[in-house]
Amino acid sequence: MDKTLLWVRTGAAWLVALLIFFPILWLGMTAFKTELQAISVPPKFFFTPTLENFIEVQSRSDYLLYAKNSLITSVASTLLGLLIAAPAAYSMAFFQTRRTKDLLVWMLSTKMMPAVGVLIPVYVVYQQFQLLDTRLGLTIIFTMSNLPIMVWMLYSYFKDIPREILEAARMDGATLYDEFRHVILPLGIGGLASTALLCLVLSWNESFWSLNLSSAKAGTLATLIASYSSPEGLFWAKLSAASLMAIAPIIVFGWFCQKQLVQGLTFGAVK
Amino acid sequence: MKLKLTAALCLVAFAAAAHADTELVIATVNNGHMVTMEKMGKFFEKDNPGIKLKWVTLEEGTLRQRVTTDIATKGGQFDVMTIGMYETPIWGKKGWLAEIKPDAKYDIDDMLPAMRQGLSVNGKLYAAPFYGESSMLMYRSDLVEKAGLKMPANPTWTQIRDIAAKINDPAKGVYGICLRGKPGWGDNMAFLTTLVNSYGGQWFDMKWKPQLTTKPWKDAITFYVDLLKKYGPPGSSANSFNEILALYNEGKCGMWVDATIAASFITDPKQSKVADKVAFAPAPVQVTAKGSNWLWAWALAVPASSTKQEAAEKFIRWATSKDYINLVGREVGWGNVPTGTRKSTYANADFLKAAKFADAEKAAIISANPKDSTLPKSPYVGVQFASIPEFQAIGIATGQQMSAALAGKVSVDKALELSQQAADREMKKAGYYK
Repeated sequence: MDKTLLWVRTGAAWLVALLIFFPILWLGMTAFKTELQAISVPPKFFFTPTLENFIEVQSRSDYLLYAKNSLITSVASTLLGLLIAAPAAYSMAFFQTRRTKDLLVWMLSTKMMPAVGVLIPVYVVYQQFQLLDTRLGLTIIFTMSNLPIMVWMLYSYFKDIPREILEAARMDGATLYDEFRHVILPLGIGGLASTALLCLVLSWNESFWSLNLSSAKAGTLATLIASYSSPEGLFWAKLSAASLMAIAPIIVFGWFCQKQLVQGLTFGAVK
Repeated sequence: MKLKLTAALCLVAFAAAAHADTELVIATVNNGHMVTMEKMGKFFEKDNPGIKLKWVTLEEGTLRQRVTTDIATKGGQFDVMTIGMYETPIWGKKGWLAEIKPDAKYDIDDMLPAMRQGLSVNGKLYAAPFYGESSMLMYRSDLVEKAGLKMPANPTWTQIRDIAAKINDPAKGVYGICLRGKPGWGDNMAFLTTLVNSYGGQWFDMKWKPQLTTKPWKDAITFYVDLLKKYGPPGSSANSFNEILALYNEGKCGMWVDATIAASFITDPKQSKVADKVAFAPAPVQVTAKGSNWLWAWALAVPASSTKQEAAEKFIRWATSKDYINLVGREVGWGNVPTGTRKSTYANADFLKAAKFADAEKAAIISANPKDSTLPKSPYVGVQFASIPEFQAIGIATGQQMSAALAGKVSVDKALELSQQAADREMKKAGYYK
């Protein structure tokens, strides 16, 4: 009975995993098809692969420029976010006031508003400060978008650090800086790493602001993908090739860091 | 000594500034002709050493959102914008676009009159057409012949229904007719507006009152839903240009009424399994021929907020010139030249030899008149749209209802009633009437 249950569970897990993975698999397959093969009905599972779509994408678009923009904006926004979120979460975790919970909920509530609702004001502000189509502009908006999640994640981590350790440090004469630098950071390094990884992935995949606030210079890989969608004409194979090139770096990165990512996403889930 | 050094540095800086390139940021939509333009850009840069081209290629919906946001807020992100025949008159009137002033070499009289009219306001050209299109009937000549039929020179919708019934063979995977059903003012409503026009209908009367519950609308939409339910492919309510193109190229559509640009795809053996079995006819008519085929152009415009208007206009004059068409013909092939803009293209022997759809396309474009596209007099310009800012919202709302009616989720009468309410609300809100 136990063995049957184990088989069923394993089978179900594989089925779910396959379902989740299938779109990526299909994307990968379509990238190596011709445009005609990509739209054929019934869909083709067996075909002679071609590299023509990758060659076309490479010749039409400056892939390295987009990749560089993605890398810079996601790394910079993650670092900037940590710089703001870590002290904020520390303060909220160890120096709680009556309003701390409300503040946390309010911060999270900003994520519930659709981004398009503030597009025009943000666009006008960016125009005034000459931030349109700049990496700095995208870094700022990515940081702002990720901050609520970063604060929440770090807050959950810091809350689990025993207060007694902090009190002991204070007894030994540690200043606020010492406390943060020599106690909180070493103890919370796992949380910081998980938060950073998650934000890196979120920034890398962000598309709404990238599409709307960049044009010729600061476009990220998300804008590269969008440029291959067409209202008139066949485009699926080229779009798939562009998508595969855009997601490949972050998939490899995620593969190596999956343990930390899962830990970060599930932290506090079973409290 | 210090003074000399400073003076020398200033001179170097001035010289560098004087030779700095003018960088033009061009926003385009991703389609074959635009991609070719991007590739041909090197020739323009070679002839104009002081100008560098930077391309921003976007999906149609995103492009529309981006350029609208930028032009409305005077963002100045783009120096050349690809816009359509819908936006041009509206933005031109608002003073958002710089007037295009062609020189003698440009030969403006060579431009097809319908295109020039549709992109002008009070005689001033605000965008130059890069490529234009109308709509027509594309059909499988082999299937029609096999059924012992002959396509009339100017078919009516009733005749099209009869032919669809005869060639419809779902068991063999062939459907009588494929038409757009996906909701959107540029998707199903582009086609449906021409259908309603041909049934004698219109969007608004002369007092700007929506006319969606009138007899022509009811007759046209009832016919459309019935036609696709009986002889259309399953899931038609989700089909637009690309979906039907895929079906047609696989040999699954007997007939298709859509953009003339489709002709170049379905006659291309690299893309289509039925490339040698395609024939063309004018878009079907019913009560009237007025407005039975649409008119659209992707055009290049200079936003008034651009600081590089002179260079931008120079580029537009190049990209929409006869010389550019010849350049594409030479470099890429005559089957790939942007069509629907100039009379000279349709007089070019090389083009006529390469494009078997040329005559049908030219006839369709010439016959469309955006200023007189409905049987009753209408206050708006546009064949498949009304060129007013409120139309987008009305078109989208109506498109959703029509798609729902096609999917059987709501009756035709109810769909039209709800669309009329939405249109009425939008027009009242905009102050057209109380």
